[in-house]
Amino acid sequence: MPDRPPGAPPEAAPSTIDLTGPNGATTDARALVPVPREQEPERDAELRRSDVDNWGRSERMRQLARSIYDPIYTNWFRAEWEGLEHIPRRGGALLIANHAGAIPSDAPVIMHGIEKELGRPVYGLAENLFRAVPVIGTLWARGGGVAAHPDNAYRILHDEQQLALVFPEGTKGPGKHYRDRYRLRRFGRGGFVAIAMRAGVPVVPVAVVGSEETMPLIYRSARGAKLLNVPYFPVTANMMLLGPLGLLTPFPAKFRLRVLPPVHFDVAPDQERYSRSRVMEEAERIREQLQQAVFEMLRARRSVWFG
Amino acid sequence: MLVTGLGSFWGSRLAQALEQLDEVEVIIGLDTREPRLPLERTEFVRADSSFSILNRIVHATQIDTILHTHLVVDSTKMRGRALHETNVIGTMNLLAAAGAAGSPVRKVIVKSSTLVYGSTYQDPYFFREDMQRVHSPRTRVERSLGEVAGFVRDFAEDNPHVVVTKLRFSNVLGDDIDTPFTKAFRRPVVPEIFGFDPRMQFTHEDDVIGAMVYAALDEVPGVYNVAGDGTLPWSEVCAIVGKPRAPLAPVFTDLAARPLRAAGLLDLPTELLGLLRYGRGVDTSRFKRAGYRYRYSSVGTVHAFARSLRLEKTIGDARPIYRYERDVEEFFRHSPAVVHEGD
Repeated sequence: MPDRPPGAPPEAAPSTIDLTGPNGATTDARALVPVPREQEPERDAELRRSDVDNWGRSERMRQLARSIYDPIYTNWFRAEWEGLEHIPRRGGALLIANHAGAIPSDAPVIMHGIEKELGRPVYGLAENLFRAVPVIGTLWARGGGVAAHPDNAYRILHDEQQLALVFPEGTKGPGKHYRDRYRLRRFGRGGFVAIAMRAGVPVVPVAVVGSEETMPLIYRSARGAKLLNVPYFPVTANMMLLGPLGLLTPFPAKFRLRVLPPVHFDVAPDQERYSRSRVMEEAERIREQLQQAVFEMLRARRSVWFG
Repeated sequence: MLVTGLGSFWGSRLAQALEQLDEVEVIIGLDTREPRLPLERTEFVRADSSFSILNRIVHATQIDTILHTHLVVDSTKMRGRALHETNVIGTMNLLAAAGAAGSPVRKVIVKSSTLVYGSTYQDPYFFREDMQRVHSPRTRVERSLGEVAGFVRDFAEDNPHVVVTKLRFSNVLGDDIDTPFTKAFRRPVVPEIFGFDPRMQFTHEDDVIGAMVYAALDEVPGVYNVAGDGTLPWSEVCAIVGKPRAPLAPVFTDLAARPLRAAGLLDLPTELLGLLRYGRGVDTSRFKRAGYRYRYSSVGTVHAFARSLRLEKTIGDARPIYRYERDVEEFFRHSPAVVHEGD
């Protein structure tokens, strides 16, 4: 017990929780177990055989994925960032970005870039469809993919104070025609704002340019989508050029990413519900900001391929 | 205190644990089967699982606490109608007796399972107690647990003077318990579903008893998840136990599993085999906030189980076999010739 100056208020109850029931059953309840407590929670880390965390992410797998992906990031997309200082070095933050390209390259570029530049893990919240696919679902989870459930997001942001990436447009972003490129879709029902409010973390918008041209969507096959039970089935310029290989080969468009200043919400965290109008208003404001940033970057862009 | 399902592993274990507590004055166990473990002062009453005599026992002994361990969550132990009878009808009668006019019962503790949450790709990664399962249950055991949940909720609503605790335990491992998972781990190879490596959560058997006793002695009304801290992938669980994995096809898995089960090569019933696809995590913070301290985390549970398996490999099954003999037990409890310490 550390010394306390006289007159100081008595310390709060020790943080450890007592097993004692109202009848003072501590000793008896302990006596149930013939062997003494074997596992202290601190020892858990030593007991583990893999580094897969509660979300299925493995830093070791992620490292391997980064070493494979880095040449693509550096030489194919030649990604360039500005405003990285807006991403907090510690504490939770919800990253949001515009979403594009029939099979989007923006998620891996953003996750790779932030992990490379800041050394902080990023959890990518995405359609839970991935989880249902054998092998791919497992690799997706090991690489930091998490099913986009509000409670998952809350835990990552609030309980674990990590970075999470979400695309508020959802599948409407990558599923739009090439002629609609860089026109942001509706931001869902603004759920991302409510989650950030509840978790008490800022929203950090990231404007991405280049993603649309990696895989221009020419035609959406409704029948194909129904057949495969996916949100949309794209027919892309890549597929017309390269056949089925086009599904895996994005064009080498130059990626530019601009991180906008974090948006803080002046509300109490952990509320059951937030005013719907306030949430929609904030979501619309962020969408407008992001749209303007994208337009500004497009004004400055001289070439799709060289930036 | 009254323990239902005394003839089950959990009933016997729980009665044994309660016997060590001085503040528990009377322990009565109900079951159709005999107790599995030697008990010193628990009174065993043979009763059918419809608990028709419960009312009389409760009144005669002025029981104030009922520990309902007689919910079957392992569908390999009991099938079809019997399972429905035990879980649904049994619980209904039990709660009816406990809630009858003039009943002295002030506390009811129900041992249930996190099976009620199901396991799908749309699940949150950690279920809280107030979350609903995504799809309606497909197996009989899950359906019956869902029905029981409704009874318990209604009972708690109708009887505000009774403390109703419902504990939902995740999959249990331990030195002594037999579950489909422990059976699977005793085989040379352990099944997996090809391409899936889900997050798993385990509870140690000591924590199951610890949690039940904690709820019996304390006042913790409500529903609580009980599971070891943290999750770990199935591949790691198998690595710790030291068993290789044999993949099952990811499509038509249940169809492929049926002949394997019939041939006695596969121990996991449908609802547990499904876990090997998407796994399940539950949030355990509510029970911790209620004051319970776990002895084992999920990974600690798996290690403890692996240790007991290693011992078993060397010396064989070391679990003592006990046979209940009515006359002997009666003699020790009631004969004036037996000298009771402390008398």
